[in-house]
Amino acid sequence: MKIGGYLCTGCGIGDRLDTKSLETVAVREGRIGFCKTHDFLCSQAGVDMINADLAAEGDDKVTKLVIMACSRRAKTEAFNFGAVPTARVNLREGVIWIRPEGSEHEETTQEMAADYIRMGCAEVKAMHQADASGEQGKNNHIMIVGGGVTGMTAALEASKAGYYASIIEKSDRLGGVMGQLHKRHPLRSPYQHPQDTGVAAMIAAVEADDKITVYLNSKVASTSGAPGRFNVTIASSVGAGTQAEFGAIVQATGFTPYDANNLPEFSYGKSANVVTQLELEAMAQAAGDGAIKRADGKEVKNVVFVQCAGQRSEKEGHLSWCSGHCCSTSVKQAMYFKDSNPEIETTILFDDLRTPGAGGENFYRSAQDKMVTFRKGKVSTVEAAGSDLKVNFKDLILNEDTHMEADLVVLATGMMPNAGVNIDAPKDDAANGEVKVPVESILNLQYRQGPDVPQLVNGFADSHFICFPYETRRTGIYTAGPVRRPMDGGQAQTDAMGAVMKAIQAIENSAIGRAAHPRSGDLSFPSFRKEGCTQCKRCTVECPFGAINEDEKGYPQYNEARCRRCGTCMGACPVQVISFKNYSIETVGAQLKAVEVPDEYSEKPRILVLACENDAYPALDMAAMKRNESSAFIRVIPVRCLGSTNTIWIKDALGSGYDGVVMMGCKKGVDYQCHFVKGSEMAHVRMAKIGDTLSTMNLESERVAVHEVAITDIDRAPKLLDEMVEVINRVGMSPFKF
Amino acid sequence: MSTAVNQAMVEKYKGNFLKEVTENVEEGNWVKMCMQCGVCSGSCPLGPHWDHPPQEIFMMIRANKREEVLSSTSMWMCTSCYNCIARCPRGLPITHIMHGLAHYSKRIGLKPKNQPTEKFGQMFWDNLTKKGRVNELKLGLGLYFKDGFAEGVKVAMSKQKLGMNMMKAKRMSPMEMLGGHGVSDLAGFHAMLKKAEELEAARVGENTDKK
Repeated sequence: MKIGGYLCTGCGIGDRLDTKSLETVAVREGRIGFCKTHDFLCSQAGVDMINADLAAEGDDKVTKLVIMACSRRAKTEAFNFGAVPTARVNLREGVIWIRPEGSEHEETTQEMAADYIRMGCAEVKAMHQADASGEQGKNNHIMIVGGGVTGMTAALEASKAGYYASIIEKSDRLGGVMGQLHKRHPLRSPYQHPQDTGVAAMIAAVEADDKITVYLNSKVASTSGAPGRFNVTIASSVGAGTQAEFGAIVQATGFTPYDANNLPEFSYGKSANVVTQLELEAMAQAAGDGAIKRADGKEVKNVVFVQCAGQRSEKEGHLSWCSGHCCSTSVKQAMYFKDSNPEIETTILFDDLRTPGAGGENFYRSAQDKMVTFRKGKVSTVEAAGSDLKVNFKDLILNEDTHMEADLVVLATGMMPNAGVNIDAPKDDAANGEVKVPVESILNLQYRQGPDVPQLVNGFADSHFICFPYETRRTGIYTAGPVRRPMDGGQAQTDAMGAVMKAIQAIENSAIGRAAHPRSGDLSFPSFRKEGCTQCKRCTVECPFGAINEDEKGYPQYNEARCRRCGTCMGACPVQVISFKNYSIETVGAQLKAVEVPDEYSEKPRILVLACENDAYPALDMAAMKRNESSAFIRVIPVRCLGSTNTIWIKDALGSGYDGVVMMGCKKGVDYQCHFVKGSEMAHVRMAKIGDTLSTMNLESERVAVHEVAITDIDRAPKLLDEMVEVINRVGMSPFKF
Repeated sequence: MSTAVNQAMVEKYKGNFLKEVTENVEEGNWVKMCMQCGVCSGSCPLGPHWDHPPQEIFMMIRANKREEVLSSTSMWMCTSCYNCIARCPRGLPITHIMHGLAHYSKRIGLKPKNQPTEKFGQMFWDNLTKKGRVNELKLGLGLYFKDGFAEGVKVAMSKQKLGMNMMKAKRMSPMEMLGGHGVSDLAGFHAMLKKAEELEAARVGENTDKK
């Protein structure tokens, strides 16, 4: 057992700092085995030197490392020593690049470097080698819920990659909504004409694939376990149920079309000649390539499409969002008419026409070329007079109320996600006397946190739309298609491919106990000291990923394969019994205690910065790359997520003489940027209560600040630190210096 | 004749003005491709002075406002600066469409009354076709007197010095007043114009006959 220290003197570190004295600090005060210097530590020679020490036998063998060089975000390849506990002391971005040169600054800059070395040595002593828990399972079988075009694409892609798939479909046929369409939007250049949906061929391919099992008329009655070993009960409405094991889950449960009966202003239900887009598909299918006929048998000669019917509207009972596909769908449906007979009048009344996707604009242009009339107008009502219809609308270009006749009106209604039960909904609806139709659960998860994946807004399953579109807040369960955001069939199929790739990744990672996104590859997992636990359940409630269940006595049960390793449980724990092998209350606590706090009269305050390693820390690194000068009194400790910040750290810091604490996490809320979705939010909630602690200590509340910092806040992040320096200058030094 | 053509067109297209424009107006087949972004209207330097900027004209065509479009002074206001063509994201030849619409409205007799651009256009054409060369002296004087004799004398007097200078510099000859110079084969030129007129009439006739 030996801790090896390696001090790099390259990149100007040797020129700016007194490395001889830093070596002494590491060995005498950090109490590590030795400290070697190298003038180019990340070179092959430098890395070889470290590897030789790791490979040594007997007393010379090094088991933990302190790399005193650049930021932990730099040279990650060179300084990758596998599971060996390693502390990275940031002397480059953290010290010399943010401090000005000149003899008047030398003393404080040197103190800063020495502190960081003490912190690194203290951290590594509290770290232990992380190993997998041993509760892994490997199962190459993916459960796909939903047999629409998304689910079938996912199954076929899984099979192509050599994995098994089971499709659970609640109806008696595969195909979903796409299976009810006459034709679909074009997927290939020149994107000019509707094309065959390809659903029949896809169903045939699914049925012919011996790696794919299809359960029709079936639902998921129960899902328990974790990635790599999901245990699922499949209930069938026509026969006996089945028990099956799966490695990962893709939820492709799609959407339910908005109920047009909520739109009496458009005469839906009053006239058979007002139909929804989906109903028109059935009419077109019945007509084949011939003339589309109305319910009364008359050939349609003049059709009007009403865009945004009951959507993008704040009216009661309407959908507030855009469903993404309806403009292109109306364009396609207008072509059904124009392609069968160019003399048919087709008018699309739109407010904002959006045709997303590569070929969307071409498709729109093609419809204009086919003489489909596009008028920018907002429809107020549709009047049914006998079998003919009068569409009243406001022309938004000519700014006048007007109307037009039609013998068929098609409503572009929206999509509502089938995401199951909203587990975060307030449960007091029954108390209001309001009768609500209970929503059926899709996955019936046997998780403490609820039976379905959490939702974000409008009932769509939560996943970050840019950074991690398929990751739900339940590890190993991935959503694809309109269940996570409104989209068309082509996008849903692309989605299916992405989600199935993530599912495969989850299977492979969970087999060896490695974390999924965003700490991919991390082997550590939370564990707790049972005798200290008060069964308060705060960890199970705060875990953003529903990883923690409770046993019958109320003790937490950590399902390591479901865990994303954010440490929110650790931050939540009021008695600090939760820890990871390589990240714990102790690893951070020891660091902040290792800082030398000069006395009250030295005019050298100390400011602790807890920065999220995903966004805030890289922002500070980048500010350093721009040589943005910062105070010499800040001491930055990266944290996995601000959610892992335990209030004990703040108390310890203030109690041991720090003058201020700055916490930097990611943006929270519905447009969150937090890699652990809720971590930053949890931290903000927790820190809102820190005021009590401060007042009992008789300290000013300004001494603690919590900020939302994005990775792009390169100029702002250092300014926030400067602000705290100003606050300390104003309110004075902390009286808690001993 | 004009009103007859107009009647025939009304008969033929039965309220589908977009189709009428597509089939009869020069570059009119582009009108359907407009996506109503409004960049043309925003780019037109004279836009604020038009009754209906191009974007509106295109929407009025789709809204079957036939009389209103064809009797509008708007497209006669176009100065052919080509800003709209340069900027249209859909590549519509808007300037040409405006001239096409103006010409069509004149052909079927719906042009606005006393529109100076229209008057000047006719004057220019008559002047040009007479001899095959533009008689600048007559054209200029014609313009002076377009608003009546008294107004013409006033303008002519104010331009007196300019005229004298141009004569001195041999940029203008008073002899042009007496007939003026023309192309060498004037008869051939007139035959050519006649033929073109026949062809155009045949084309229009064919279009109006086809029902």
